[in-house]
Amino acid sequence: MQDTLAIDAQNLARRYGRRWALADVSLQIPHGRVVMVAGRNGSGKSTLFRILSTAIRPDHGSANILGFDLVKQRYDVRKGVALLSHYSYLYESLTAAENLQVFADHRGTPRTGLKELLDRVRLGQRADDAVHTFSAGMRKRLSFARILLQRPRLVLLDEPYGQLDPEGFALVDEVVHELQTFGVTVLLATHQLERGGRLAEDAIVLEQGRLIWQGNPQFIPSAARDQWSGRA
Amino acid sequence: MRRTLPPAILLAIGAYFGFVVAVAQFHGVTAFSLGLPSGVIATLAAGCGVAGAIWFLFANDQLDSWRPPQILIGLALLCLISGSYYGLFVAPPEQFMGDVQRIMYVHVPTAWNALLAMTLAFACAVIFLFRGDYKWDSRMEGSIESGVVLAFLLCCQGAIWAKPTWGVWWDWDPRLTTTAVLLFAFLGILALRKFVEDPARRAIWSAVATIIAYVDVPIVYFSVRWWNSLHQQQSSPGTVSKQFWLPLRLNAFGILFLMVAFIMLRARLASLRLKQEMAPPLPEMAELGEAV
Amino acid sequence: MERPRMSEPFDAVPPVMPRVARHKVGGLIAALRKEFLLQWKTRTQFMAVFVFGATSLLLFSFAVGPNSEALRLYSAGFLWLGLLLSSTLTLAESYHAEMENRALEGLLLLPSDPRALYYGKAIANWLQLALLGVGLVPVMVVLYDAGTTDLLRLLAIILLGTAGLSAPGTLYAAMTSQARAKQTLLPLLLFPLIVPALLASVKATSLVILGDPMQQLPSWISLLTAFDAIYWSLCGLLFGRVVEE
Repeated sequence: MQDTLAIDAQNLARRYGRRWALADVSLQIPHGRVVMVAGRNGSGKSTLFRILSTAIRPDHGSANILGFDLVKQRYDVRKGVALLSHYSYLYESLTAAENLQVFADHRGTPRTGLKELLDRVRLGQRADDAVHTFSAGMRKRLSFARILLQRPRLVLLDEPYGQLDPEGFALVDEVVHELQTFGVTVLLATHQLERGGRLAEDAIVLEQGRLIWQGNPQFIPSAARDQWSGRA
Repeated sequence: MRRTLPPAILLAIGAYFGFVVAVAQFHGVTAFSLGLPSGVIATLAAGCGVAGAIWFLFANDQLDSWRPPQILIGLALLCLISGSYYGLFVAPPEQFMGDVQRIMYVHVPTAWNALLAMTLAFACAVIFLFRGDYKWDSRMEGSIESGVVLAFLLCCQGAIWAKPTWGVWWDWDPRLTTTAVLLFAFLGILALRKFVEDPARRAIWSAVATIIAYVDVPIVYFSVRWWNSLHQQQSSPGTVSKQFWLPLRLNAFGILFLMVAFIMLRARLASLRLKQEMAPPLPEMAELGEAV
Repeated sequence: MERPRMSEPFDAVPPVMPRVARHKVGGLIAALRKEFLLQWKTRTQFMAVFVFGATSLLLFSFAVGPNSEALRLYSAGFLWLGLLLSSTLTLAESYHAEMENRALEGLLLLPSDPRALYYGKAIANWLQLALLGVGLVPVMVVLYDAGTTDLLRLLAIILLGTAGLSAPGTLYAAMTSQARAKQTLLPLLLFPLIVPALLASVKATSLVILGDPMQQLPSWISLLTAFDAIYWSLCGLLFGRVVEE
């Protein structure tokens, strides 16, 4: 029997030096939802994603991700979760295709369908170019290809729209839609509140490491909206 | 009271066998030995003394009181002064080496305690990796620093002994050479701690490095011994003969107490620094009873 | 134009092999493939390190002077010191690609077994250092007149000795590449540790070059082997703690 919650987190907290980057965050997200995570820079979105993807350990609290314990069953959590981070996780001296091959090998999946993946993210023409020649937007798209390669059940997208042009924005929207049709749970951290709001069914807001609001993305308090979307 | 009493009792037993009996024997009184052979007495002295001191350390280094380290330092000075008196003025000069040999009364205890400090550091590192409690990291830092100081003193003493004996400052004695390598290895670990800012990483990495360095010690010893034996005679400082145990024991306890006091103070300093570096616990966490 | 789509639904993932079998060997092979690919791409750097090693050997001979007897006597020492100095460059370099974009973290999240990643990198570093060692032998022969016909034994010593440098070096380089003062910290940590391997390698090489009348070579080889066995297992165990946060 499958658990009904993709993420079941209690009292997650993590400090960096003298600051609690995340403080007492509890979260329950059912399978298949698309959730927007909004908040200022430094509000703890990236830290939350890094904890949920097991890149870092929480200092307090516990969580069950896709039915597996966050700390004790890291390996199993990692098999089902993919993280799009600020770090591209790419090898500069390898080509786009080679990077994907390395990821496929380490994931344990065969090296098939990589060309199609690159076409999907519109890097087909640059498959054999070294990553150090890529622009920031192209690296982002290659990171998307990595996410799709992993065939995850939970996807954590940390600022997916960053460094992309409008065509790139459309690609992100398409990918999120597609993931949704396959029942993948998606968490989307973004400053693009309107775009994210259109994709997402739920939204949560973080401020200074705490979860301060949860609900329908259309009803994010408008006074704060301006602040969080960076217009203030 | 509960914290200090059991280790103090152990220490008292160790002290009794360590020097009350030895002082008595030195002056020809055997009644205090309780009929036990000298090997057993030595083991009891060393075992109880070391166990008591370390237990005392663990029980008291997280407290705010200055009293425990002060007591230890007081006892240490007593032991060292009396040990030096016996070693320099009362014990007769050695047959072959003369007065130069008196450095053994300091050299041998320093060697024992340096190795003890490093072993303590290794134990704290292993415990930290399993438990994750930062007080073990603080203790490890204190042990490493004390060990480094003692190892440095050991090398100096070795050089001071070697010059009049062999004519050179360094004679590549396996034990001393191993100490030198150990000294550099642990200095490297202290440097590592200085250059890593994140407290969690610093603790884990230096614990890993300590384990690796400590495992290396016997390997270094054997390899240097092999290497050295092909060229020259085993030139280790001579062992001390039986009747001269008293100053040795007094100094051994003296340095032990001093070292434990320093580790206590240093560990507390490290704990305080950690408290400053890491964010104080959240109020909610304090309610749940979770400590830093 | 029809956009290419993911053709299979996500729950039709390939059948899962038993976790142990898949990741112990497969993970190591994946790591090795990646390491060799990266090393191939950065092969010019290897050439630069080789030149550095050869230059150090040259400098040692200037330090001693044109005394061919002394040079020959200490040639083994110079070779291994040159290799040791060069190893700090190769070891540090092996993590440069991993830390630029945090690729190592990315691999761990795929997921990968940290031990497979460690052994992949340690083996790749080992082979690179061994290649370096083999390459420096002709330089040693020419500069110090220190030749030998017992090439097989020499190769064995180079392989064992560089293995001893690579195991702890790969672990320490993982730490120092993320710390400040990385260039100073790696040698500071590594050099005291590998003293037994250095001693044994130098002695063994010396015996091969200058002759071994008392048959001491086997004992030095066993010391090297013991050192390698201990550190290849210990460092593999500890690597996970070092790279995971």
